[in-house]
Amino acid sequence: MKITLKFYTTLKDYLPEGTKDNAAEIEVEDGASVQSVVERQGVPTNMIHMTLVNGAYVTPGDFASHTLKDGDTLAMWPPLAGG
Amino acid sequence: MTWHRKILRVNLTKGTCETEPLNMEWAKLYLGSRGLASKYLYEEIDPKVDPIAPDNKLILATGPLTGTSASTSGRYVAVTKGALTGAIACSNSGGFFGAELKFAGYDMLILEGRAKEPVYLMINDDDVRILPADKLWGKSVWETEEWIKKTHQDPLIRVASIGVAGETGSKYACIVNDLHRAAGRSGVGTVMGSKNLKAVAVRGTTGVKVENPREFMQVAQATKTDLKESAFTNGLTQYGTQGVTSVINATGIYPTRNHQQVQFEGADKIGGEAMFEVRETDGRTNMVRNSACFGCTIACGRVSVIDPNHFSVKDKPQYHNASGGLEYESSWAMGGDCGIDDLEALTYANFICNEQGMDTISFGASLAAAMELYERGYITDKETGGLKLKFGSAEALVEAVELAGKGEGFGKDLGLGSKLLCEKYGHPEVAMTVKGQEFAAYDPRGAQGMSLAYATSNRGACHLRGYTIAVEIFGVGTKLDPLTTEGKAEITKLAQDTTSAVDSTGLCMFPNFAWTLDQYQQLVQADSEGDWSMEKMMELGERVWNLERLFNNKAGLTTADDTLPKRLLETPAETGVGKGLVALLDKMLPEYYELRGWTPDGQPSNDTIKRLNV
Repeated sequence: MKITLKFYTTLKDYLPEGTKDNAAEIEVEDGASVQSVVERQGVPTNMIHMTLVNGAYVTPGDFASHTLKDGDTLAMWPPLAGG
Repeated sequence: MTWHRKILRVNLTKGTCETEPLNMEWAKLYLGSRGLASKYLYEEIDPKVDPIAPDNKLILATGPLTGTSASTSGRYVAVTKGALTGAIACSNSGGFFGAELKFAGYDMLILEGRAKEPVYLMINDDDVRILPADKLWGKSVWETEEWIKKTHQDPLIRVASIGVAGETGSKYACIVNDLHRAAGRSGVGTVMGSKNLKAVAVRGTTGVKVENPREFMQVAQATKTDLKESAFTNGLTQYGTQGVTSVINATGIYPTRNHQQVQFEGADKIGGEAMFEVRETDGRTNMVRNSACFGCTIACGRVSVIDPNHFSVKDKPQYHNASGGLEYESSWAMGGDCGIDDLEALTYANFICNEQGMDTISFGASLAAAMELYERGYITDKETGGLKLKFGSAEALVEAVELAGKGEGFGKDLGLGSKLLCEKYGHPEVAMTVKGQEFAAYDPRGAQGMSLAYATSNRGACHLRGYTIAVEIFGVGTKLDPLTTEGKAEITKLAQDTTSAVDSTGLCMFPNFAWTLDQYQQLVQADSEGDWSMEKMMELGERVWNLERLFNNKAGLTTADDTLPKRLLETPAETGVGKGLVALLDKMLPEYYELRGWTPDGQPSNDTIKRLNV
């Protein structure tokens, strides 16, 4: 199945090479978990501060149990502040 | 030490410049900067005064930590009755001016009256002169600063001035110092312009002294290390405040097209990452480098260069050089709130706001309101002078910002601010304001604490009076559910009181993403004589908040002003985490009044006033 990855600010280095505009469509196994995608992309978990799947919060404790569906958008951010 | 214990009082009507001792009894209660200047304003003016009458006063104040070696110690505030709001205004700026004012030997500068002709103030330590500004009136902030430095033959003079917007009565004119740092909100520059005061220039050589130098140096170093090691403040260094654009938009609290939507399809084109994208046209990035205010070890500032091929600057070589770049709020107000995703046009508009001294938030949001009026047919080309105010039009933005900066054509209407503009054309419901001031870049339907923070902010809608976003969205320290109202009254009060205390120190609020109030307290205690325990600091914050509230109540504001526009209270968000929700203000407001020790009609009770020694 295909999902869209959106990694922002310092996490964008973990998107597939050549990605533009912080978003990439990738092919993953059916029923892949958030955790498996994080591992596949090699994102250090201590850099991940906020995660949204289709705009809904997912906490790190749920990474392993939260399975993704075809067409999902997984977005992640490191710690952010400002305004 | 820490305080110079000296005030400079300038009466522009009489043409006098006098020094007087700082009221140390008040300093022990209100510390400095926002708190102490608000106390002076409260005691010295009638809160019912017309903000642009000579009887209103404008106070530029430093804090005890301003100019010290603590990180972010470059802050000063402009305190007055706001021209945009009619409420107490405290607008905070960085750069280098604040520290220079402190070095000149003053804790505070009180500006009174109105000069007969345009003037500027030149401060060289004890040598203070009111000088004619006839050659400066009609000039921009940038021209003014350059002229003063050249005329006085000293490039180290620091200048805070108004642009043409402040001269022509724009309600949201700001005071700009060091070319692109601004005391931006509530129309403090409008008040300065009403006094015929073009600029305050200062050169100081007296330095600052702290109470316990050894302890202070140790705390200053340790707290700098805290900033260095925090991922939150490191993010500010790298992407500035613009780094939050993506997350605010993705969660669905990014006000779009005058708050008609909560997510903007073009947000990624105008956010922090986009500023680093290499342009195909000239091979450069919008972002040139980051920059720091006096003494700051975060350096969140952006320095940008506009693509010289872009239509906004074609044949305008004066805008081809690097200058102050977009902050998140500016990018949002002129971008998402107007439906515009053209990063270069936004950067140009930002340059013009700096050059002519306009608050980017209020200008952008006023333009967004005008665009809605236009698209709904409430105003036409006849009223706009042919300006096609379509959402998404970068061309309209570029033309509008130039007109507003000069106070010409429809720019004069835009300078009224959203509230008066929409009232003028018979549709007040289109104005997205609280107490006459435009919202910042967070839609409260998806972050309920902000409903309360906006509605009860003493200077009108503002994110910097109680930034519940830190815990509702960013998870700084702790993460709260942004959609619930439970506990939000308490967290809003805590955020408001903490910020009031921080704003009274002379430091920036951004270290608070890495620190807690503890670090500020340690710095204040080492810097200042007297007891500045954590208990005292929290009491200070609460005291300042209540003093500001008392000012507003005496100015004629009531509980009816602690509210939000109908759009936010009655129309549910269509997307995002807050989908289906409205701002649930009514569920929190009574509890908030009770926690504050206020009567149900929003008045601080006698017990509260007595307890806090307001």
